[in-house]
This record gives sequence, structure tokens and C-alpha cells, in this order.
Amino acid sequence: MGIVIFDGIAYGMLLFLIAVGLSVTMGLMSFVNLAHGAFAMIGGYAAVTAMNQFGLGFFPALVASFVAAALVGGVLEFTLYRRLYRAHPLDQVLLSIGLVFVSVAVFTYFFGPTIQAFSPPESLTGSMSLMGLEVGRYRLFLIVCGFAILAGLLLVLNRTRYGAMVRAAVDNQRVARGTGIHVQRLFFLTFAFGCGLAGLGGALSLGILGLEPSFALKYLIFFLIVVCVGGAGTIIGPFVAALLVGIVDVAGKYYLPELGAFLIYVFMVITLLVRPNGLIPRKGL
Amino acid sequence: MLKKTPVIAALALACGLLGTPAQADETLRIGVIASYSGPYADYGRQFDAGIQLYLKEHGGKIAGKKVEIIKKDTAGPAPDAAKRFAQELIVRDKVSFITGLDFSPNAYALAPIVTQAKVPTVVMNASSSAITTSSPYIARVSFTVQQVSAPMATWLLKQGVKETYVVVADYASGTDAHTAFEQAFAMGGGKVVGSVRTPMNNPDFSAYVQRIKDAKPESVFFFFPSGVMPPAFLKAWKERGMEEAGIKLFATGEATDDSYLEATGDAALGLITSHHYSYAHKSEKNQKFVKDFYDTFGKSMRPSYFAITAYDGMAAIAGALQKTGGDVSGDKVMAALKGLQFESPRGPIEIDAATGDIVQTVYIRRTERVGGELVNVEFDQFDKVKDPAKAAK
Amino acid sequence: MKSLSLTPGQLTGLEAAFWLLLASSFWLMPDHLTLLSQILILGLFAVSLDLALGYAGILTVGHAAFFGCGAYAAGLLAKHGWGEPFSGLLLALLVCAALGYALSYLIVRGADLTRLMITIGVCVLFGELANRLSGITGGTDGLQGIVIDPVLGLFEFDLWGKTAFVYAFVVVLAMFLMTRLIVSSPFGLALRGIHDSRKRMQAIGSPVAARLRMAYCFSAALAGVAGALMAQTSQFVGIEALSFNRSAEILIILVLGGTGRLYGGLIGAIVYMLVHDWFADLNPQYWMFWLGIFLIVVVMVGRGGIMGALSRLVRIRRA
Repeated sequence: MGIVIFDGIAYGMLLFLIAVGLSVTMGLMSFVNLAHGAFAMIGGYAAVTAMNQFGLGFFPALVASFVAAALVGGVLEFTLYRRLYRAHPLDQVLLSIGLVFVSVAVFTYFFGPTIQAFSPPESLTGSMSLMGLEVGRYRLFLIVCGFAILAGLLLVLNRTRYGAMVRAAVDNQRVARGTGIHVQRLFFLTFAFGCGLAGLGGALSLGILGLEPSFALKYLIFFLIVVCVGGAGTIIGPFVAALLVGIVDVAGKYYLPELGAFLIYVFMVITLLVRPNGLIPRKGL
Repeated sequence: MLKKTPVIAALALACGLLGTPAQADETLRIGVIASYSGPYADYGRQFDAGIQLYLKEHGGKIAGKKVEIIKKDTAGPAPDAAKRFAQELIVRDKVSFITGLDFSPNAYALAPIVTQAKVPTVVMNASSSAITTSSPYIARVSFTVQQVSAPMATWLLKQGVKETYVVVADYASGTDAHTAFEQAFAMGGGKVVGSVRTPMNNPDFSAYVQRIKDAKPESVFFFFPSGVMPPAFLKAWKERGMEEAGIKLFATGEATDDSYLEATGDAALGLITSHHYSYAHKSEKNQKFVKDFYDTFGKSMRPSYFAITAYDGMAAIAGALQKTGGDVSGDKVMAALKGLQFESPRGPIEIDAATGDIVQTVYIRRTERVGGELVNVEFDQFDKVKDPAKAAK
Repeated sequence: MKSLSLTPGQLTGLEAAFWLLLASSFWLMPDHLTLLSQILILGLFAVSLDLALGYAGILTVGHAAFFGCGAYAAGLLAKHGWGEPFSGLLLALLVCAALGYALSYLIVRGADLTRLMITIGVCVLFGELANRLSGITGGTDGLQGIVIDPVLGLFEFDLWGKTAFVYAFVVVLAMFLMTRLIVSSPFGLALRGIHDSRKRMQAIGSPVAARLRMAYCFSAALAGVAGALMAQTSQFVGIEALSFNRSAEILIILVLGGTGRLYGGLIGAIVYMLVHDWFADLNPQYWMFWLGIFLIVVVMVGRGGIMGALSRLVRIRRA
């Protein structure tokens, strides 16, 4: 029982770590960014390249993954995304799907279609004893990361000037602009930051998921579930949703393996029917 | 509604540009339907390499004719597209053979077309047993799921393993593997103590591995399609200390596909699998095959079981045309293909005269680190294995 | 439509020309008939999505649920001995209409994002169910053994795809004309009103939810017919017919063509499939790159898809 809950939390944190960036770009900035998985993939490949080609350690590689995804995100924001902030959501869908197609082809070209080798550092392999449970070290690490990122984001958004500006700009762009906030630059930074988070999540997922070029599309549904069930545009929402989804999925597969494939979707549909705007609709962040 | 005329005109033009290639009698056109893009692009890439290597070794010719390969990409299982491609290859490109075919639904979908058109079709991978019975114009040079799963059961019994737990991916081939394994295992007095089917899109295996750990079986047999699933499963297996818990793990060779093995890493070490080809197979013919493969395509890609079946597929076509004296008419080619025997780099193979399916050696291998790289080392074998699903009928 | 100085007569003439041009491809492109039938079928599927998305404003990425159910309905009927094609279409239409109406209670509520996720969820669940019921559906190996009788007892489905093309063309045209009728009926106008301003329609006493449910039901039925056509012309049903990827692909096709314009789905299907086929023939490995660039360029050049861009172009020239 205990270990199942633990694994569920760890899996949930994995989903949260990748999806939280989507909550920033899609939720806060209301851009239907289906290319989110592609940014996570960029982070994953950046980390793998840093480790396998340049011999960096895992932790510096995590930094590299954030930087790489944020850079690419920034460039694309400047060249493409910027022009579509006020376009119809369906145009945004078309653009981001186009980007996904390009990214899949590009990564297949440079890295080949098979999965990338990844071995976590010695300190994160195997399992250890925690409160009477034999828990996987890597999973414990994911949980720690999840809480750290949650705390960091809440702090930045609620306690800093930057966070206040973002909240203002998201609520009412016009008024925010009137008060002298440079909205365009702010959105540029926020978008790049969201992509960076995706990249970091992608790198952290290496210990559990296999990284290959179709990563960009394969897990997209799970990220969308977390963001939408949680309530787009919040940070706490996706966190809670990720925990629930993770626990429901792992516990379901453990106790009711016959229904393993169905549970997570049933859970999503029911939650959304009961709470159409997500568990924690956007009001306070 | 005024605005579509220019579009249509442009489209008509684009269609014209697609055109049909000029035809010459001295070319042998072969259509390859496979996954060249998407999550399974490695399959198409390996097919391509195997085909190119064969052609290179034979001066680009089969039965004295220059070979032209026409590639069609299905990007994974896509029966509608596969059927359309088969039709287009036959009607528009006038191919003499259709080959490739990595996914079973794609092969099933085009069976009626090749029957109608009497175009011989050589399956290079799709491993659902009934494909060869779905049309008299289909022969197979790869394997069937049952053919590689059942020998594992027999071998386990030989080692004195009496109880096992079965884990398969929840799709048609997974069910086939499960059934074939369980039948063979029960026939020799073994007992399947439990089983679980995992969804195809399953990012995390911790729940399933934990379930097995708590069930404490003597051994576990698993079948997953090659790709991301086996490494994820093996990682969870390692992390959870299953080996230390004394549970032995066995699988079919998809788990240690040579294309994915190096990236799977040490989690695969010691795993015992059954399959028809390992690139480390010890024979002169295979050593030459691997050397030529590396010389041609570089060392970034290992020949996997897709490359070898593609290579053999071309050899089978050549062998059949040699028998017919270059005649490509469907019935004569199929008659020649059936009963064809030759030495492949993987060992002796034969196309069963009765079924058009392959008869071959199935090897038992252990994943080891040899000279710094992870390989499947063969240490036991079953000779002349036929598809058990057909033998049962 | 924003085409300014066109009389309704000219407009109808253009529509007729469009269909005649499509029909003439039977003689102009005899080598591409199977591709053309599949384009027509996907076009119908996209039009059905347009009815839900473009007219009723229901954002769905799960429409393959109906496409697949229609395909299985027609496929299973034929497999179990009733090979007459039109009854297969009818069955698919009825099954999917019922299914669509039942599911509409789940879907006609909540915000865009909620609808999006619920439709995805339902579609994936259908796919899993079809996989689980492999005894009936054939699972991932696909539904085999479908034998379709000659159309009207006269025209057998041939290797060149001639019968399939004519059959698909006639059915798609009939379905399209029906949709056209629905869209221009008072019901269709009410939908348009709801799409533009839900609150006002509610205020003038239009039963908004009921209208949307009917629209979703129509849309599902059309998607089912498209699926049935695909099953009958290819005499095979793969589980992919129900997949999320198919739902996403048809959305791309519709958005590329332009939503809310009736012809958007057809134009989108023609352009997308031909471009796709062309790129994939040129470069089987990396066609996704070129297709992706193509989509990005389309968005950058003209919002609202091809039809949106064209309508602007025309207006500018005439102004």
C-alpha cells in the first residue's frame, strides 16, 4: 500500500515537472501550445548530449536542458508565437502542430529514430529505505524536485515584482501596459521560462521515460490532462491534479490491472464533468 | 465560394508533376511499404539498409535486371494507407513484388489486393501468424510471434523452471505471445501462476513490477514490442531489486532489439531471450554481413532483426526468380518461393512449401557485455522451428 | 461568405464547377483514384467536424470516435454476411447518430478546454475498448474478412478503385448537399447565432443546449458515414480508425482548410492529402519536416486557413 502511494506520487511529480511549463504558456498566457512536448524533448536531448558527448554530470546537464529549451523557446517566441497571441486558438493549434512535425523530423535526422542512452548518477540509482519502505532513489529525487519547483514558482509569482507584473499582464494587458509594464518583453521572458521548465521536466523524465523523437507527441495527452484537470493558469492546480492522476494511475494499475488503460481517462472525464473548470479554477495563483 | 478554382488548378498541376516513372523492360520494380517516419522509423531504416546491402553485393541486379525500389511510408500501423499504397504500387508503378511490411494490420489490409492482382508479396517483419494464410500470394521471411515465444517455454522447462508469470503488452501480438507461451509451457507440465497485460502507451511500469514482486513468482516471461517499452520495464525491474528478490526474467528477442540494446544499458544485462537473429551470431556468413553492413552504413547503426529479414527478403526474391528463370508472374513466383531453402546470415532458413511461412532456427541468447558493447550471445538453439500456431491446426 | 460582387447564381455555378472538377478527375487522373476516394472520405469527415466545431463551436479532438464506430459498424455488418453497401452506410449513420446524441450530454457543457479534454478522453476510451474487445473487432490486427457486395448489385469494387471512387463521390456529394441544407436552414442559422453570441440567443429564447446537442448528433452521424465509407472502400478496419492521432489529423485538415465555411473541410482534405502524399513520395523519412513548415507558413500567411486567406484575397482585389 505505502509503496504504491509513493510510486503514484513520484509518477505524478514526473507529470507535474513536465506539465507545469504548459500551465504557464497555455494557462497563464492562453496560447494553445501543443508543441509543449517538443520543448520537453529539446531539454531531454540537451541533457543527453551534455552527458554523453561533453561528459557533464547529471546536475549540470539539468541546467543545460533548461537553458537550451528556454533559448529555443525564446527564439520561436520572437519569430513565430508573438504574432499569434491574439489569433484564434485554432490557428495556434496549427502553428504548434507544425512545430511538432518539424521537431520530430529534425531530431530523427540528427539523433536517429531510436531511444537515447541515459544512466542516472550513482547516487540516484537503486533503492533506499525510507520510513520502512524500499523506495527508488530516482523517484524520491523526482518528488523532491517537484516540491522544490512548486515552492520556487509560487514564490516567484506571488512574492516578486516580476510575478506581480505577470499576473497584472495576464489579467488585463491594456491596463498593465498603461501602468508602464513592457508587456511584450514580459511575455517573451515568461514564454521562454515556461519552455525552460518544459526542458527541465524533459531532462528529469529521462530516468523513467525513454527519449526518442516521437516524445513530442506521445505523452502530450498526459500533460494536457494534468493541466486541464488541475485548472489551466494556476500552479497549485496542476500540482494537485498531477498527484491525483499519478496515484490513481499507479494504484489502478496495481489493484485493478484489467482496467489499467481506462482508469486515468475515466478519472479525467468524471473530474471535468463535476468540475468543468478544473480542480482549482484560476483566481488566486 | 469563388476562390477555389486556382487551388484546384494548382493541385491538378501538382498531380501531373507526381507523374509515373518511365518504364523499361529491363527493370525489376519492387515496392517497399514500411514505416520510414514517426516512432517506428527505425524499422524502415533497417529494412532499407538490408535491401541496399543486398543490392550492393549483387551489383544492383536481381535475375539480370536492374532493381528499382519504390518506398512508401506508412509511419506506423496504418492499414488504410498500406492498402492504398499497395494498390498504387501495382496499378501506377507496375511493381513485380511488394515487400517491407513491418506491422501486421498493414499486411492484412493489403492481402485482398495482392490476391486480386496476383502480385507476390514477401513479408519482412509483420509477425501475426495468419498473415500467410490471408492470401496465397504472401510469403514470409521474418518470424511469427508464436514461433519465437513457444521455444522459450520449452527451454524454461528444460532448465527445470516449473512456474512463471506472464507479462505482455495489451495488443494482438501480446495476446499471441501469451497464448503460444502458455500452451507450450502447460504441455510440458509448467504452470502460469499469473499474468498481466499492460497498455501500449504506458509511461511508468512501477505498478506492474511491484505487483509481480508481491506475487513472488519463481520466474517471469514478458513480451513487448521493440522500442521504448522494454527499456522502461527493465529499468523499473532493476530499480526495484527484482534480481535480488530472486525472480528470474525471460523474454522474446524484441526486448533486446539490437537497435535499442545499447541505449537500454546495463538494465538488460543477464536477460535471457529467444529470437531468430542476433547480430552477434557466430557464423562466417554473418560476420561478413555485419562487416559489409558497417562498411556501407558506418558504425552508428547496428544491423537488427529488421535488417537481416530485409536482406533475406531480397535473397528470397532472387532465389525465386532464379527458379522461374526471371518470370515474374505471380503464380510461378509463389510456387518457386514455397519450399525455397537457403543459408542466411542468421542460419539456415526455409519457406515452408505448405504454408509459405518461414522455418528457421530459434536461438536462446543471454545479454552480455562483449568488448565494451552489449550484445545477445546465443548459447542454445532449436532447429527447424515451424510456426506452432499453424502446426496446431 | 465575403465574396462581394458575386450573385448567388454565380456562387452556385462555382460550386457546381468544383464538384464537376472533382468528378472529372475520374478521367483526368485514373492512376490516383484510390487516393482521391480517400481524400473525399476524409473531406466528408472534416465537413462533419466542421459542423461541430465551425458551426456549433464545440471544440473536439475526439471525432475519430465516431469515424471509427461507423467503420466498425459497416465492417462488422459486412463481415457477418450482409455485404450490401448502402445498408452499411445507413447502419453506421444510425449507430453514430445515437451515440453522438448520447455523448452530447457529456460534451455540450463546460468551456472549450473542458470539451476538448472530454472528447479526447472519450475517443481514447473507445480505442481501448475496441482493443479489449478484440474477439469482435480484431483488435490491433484489424477487422479482416470484410466482403462488400457490388454496388446496386452491378458494380464490383475493382483493383483500380473506379467503383470505390464513384461510390465515394456520390455518397460524399449527397451527404454534403444534406449538410448544406442543414446549415442554411433555420436550425443552421440558429447555430451560427449561438456560435457568435450564446447569451443573445438564449435571451431571444433559442434552446441553446438542445440545438447544440442536435448539431453534435448530426456531426457524429456524418463522421460515422465517412468511417463506413472508409471501411467499405478499403474492406478493412484498423484500430487506428479510432485513434487520437486520427482525431488530431482531421482537426489539422479542417483548420488548414478553414472552419465554418463548409468547403473548408473538403479543400483542407485535398490540399493536406496531396501535399502529404507528394512530400512523402519525395522524402519518405523526413516529409514531416516539410509538412510542418508548410503548416507554419499557412498560419503565418493567412489566418483562418486556406478559405480564410482566399476570402481576404478576393475582398482586397475587389475593393
